[in-house]
Amino acid sequence: MAGTVLFFLFAGFAIACAVSMVYHRNPLYSAISLIGVFLALAALYLTLAAPFIAITQILVYAGAIMVLVIFVIMLLNLDEDKPLNRLKYLYAVGGGLGVALLAQTFFIFYAVLKAPKAEVDPNTTVGKTMSIGRAMYTEYLLPVEIVGVMLLMAIIGAVILVRKMEHPHLELVGEDEDEKE
Amino acid sequence: METAFKTAFPLIVYSLGIVAAFGGVMMIVAYTVLAERKVLGWIQRRIGPNRVGPWGVLQPFADLLKFILKEDLTPDKSTKFVYFLAPIVALTAAFLPMVVYPFGPPLSDPLSWLVPYLPVIPLGAEPNIVAWIAEQAKNMPLTIARIDIGVLFVLAVTSVGVYGIALAGWSSNNKYSLMGGLRSSAQMISYELAMGASVLGVVMLAGTLDLNGIINAQANSPWYMRWFIIPQFIGFIVFLISAFAETNRVPFDLPEAETELVAGFHTEYSALKFALFFMAEYVNMFTVSVMCVVLFLGGWYVPGLSHIFEVGSIPYALASHVAFLLKIFFFLFLYIWIRGTLPRFRFDQLMSFGWKFLLPVAIGNVIVTTIVVFFLNR
Repeated sequence: MAGTVLFFLFAGFAIACAVSMVYHRNPLYSAISLIGVFLALAALYLTLAAPFIAITQILVYAGAIMVLVIFVIMLLNLDEDKPLNRLKYLYAVGGGLGVALLAQTFFIFYAVLKAPKAEVDPNTTVGKTMSIGRAMYTEYLLPVEIVGVMLLMAIIGAVILVRKMEHPHLELVGEDEDEKE
Repeated sequence: METAFKTAFPLIVYSLGIVAAFGGVMMIVAYTVLAERKVLGWIQRRIGPNRVGPWGVLQPFADLLKFILKEDLTPDKSTKFVYFLAPIVALTAAFLPMVVYPFGPPLSDPLSWLVPYLPVIPLGAEPNIVAWIAEQAKNMPLTIARIDIGVLFVLAVTSVGVYGIALAGWSSNNKYSLMGGLRSSAQMISYELAMGASVLGVVMLAGTLDLNGIINAQANSPWYMRWFIIPQFIGFIVFLISAFAETNRVPFDLPEAETELVAGFHTEYSALKFALFFMAEYVNMFTVSVMCVVLFLGGWYVPGLSHIFEVGSIPYALASHVAFLLKIFFFLFLYIWIRGTLPRFRFDQLMSFGWKFLLPVAIGNVIVTTIVVFFLNR
């Protein structure tokens, strides 16, 4: 009973925030709405007895990534009145992706309706930190390692991109462009 | 009636717990402000506030009344909605970690001794609802919500607090506010990493993310590491320094550096909205002090207290709670002491200190701890 009320509360909040994110022209309003979506999703994870995922959602998305997004928006200080020059074909791409997403949503609805009904047990250990850690470092060790290597590559790449101007002799690509300047 | 009461009972208990914790934290915060003014006065050979009430003890209430009665100004070209939202976000994020604070050890049977003195109230099939409540109160933890990821919860919720400051800076439509907001978000992202890394050592030693679990792990450790400050001294120092940066306090108070930015992110805020930011800062100080005490100084655990009082009895819990508060007051005093002692960092110094010194030290501490824990557990 309480679970249902909470679900509709947070699901409604998430949808309202998502609509407001798409609707607003001011990028900062969109970013704030997106934070609202993340917080509402975290609350939903909590009601599904997955506290670790909920907290990670807040810590990583709301607490780190969106701070950087807002930081960039504040630094750029975009002009609200200037119309964004969107390309025509982007509307087609967006429409196509929207249809695909809608189809996916209906498929999930269908799958959920087909699936046997099971109550969420708040005492289940699946969402607990210990079981997630154990699964990550035993069963899913290889994907974790691959992700780790990829993140390391991304960090090194970011450092190289930033250092481009300081050390042109370290460049592998685009040395001619530096000479032209 | 009976089932309705029994269903609503946890809700009532939680509400009472939240109200009690909120009131307690608010009182401590109010008197931290007064203590700050007094102690800074002594450090600077002044007297400090002494007009409102004896010794100035009613000063916090006078300040609050003043904040409520002052005119609330809104800058003309501010972004109204965000300008209104920012202080609310800051204070909410500051208060939320309260629900996982371990205020004291669990009480084994706090209410049963009271039952004979109270009237017998039958309710439905229950012969005496008072006895039922006493039965429910057995093994009562002095924590509002016992979640097994308390450490992560505190880190996550306080990291949301940065929006309050960043959005306040942006929405004020003032260059000083914007600079303050930008500085604050950059600073808080940078020091969050060092803070998280410094907590990892404690989490590895304790083997849990639960705050009560960490305290129990310290209580059950051998005597030479009864407080995790001993094996995790480097982690403690890193945590303390990043805590000062996370709460925007001297020597890291660049978001509100008055010599260059007027008042930083809250330049345009007045009356109660300013008071909310002010309170949020002091509640954050309290939160960080709680985390310091719980992670590194054994929380409510007092060595040897179990020989004097029975574990789980009311005097034991009370004494532990007082010890917990005293440890917190020490850290709050440390904040004030350092404010009266140290000058402010420059912004580039702040950034290079965080990224080039604090973060590597914290990560090195994690690596060393991992190796030690690995060999200890073999």
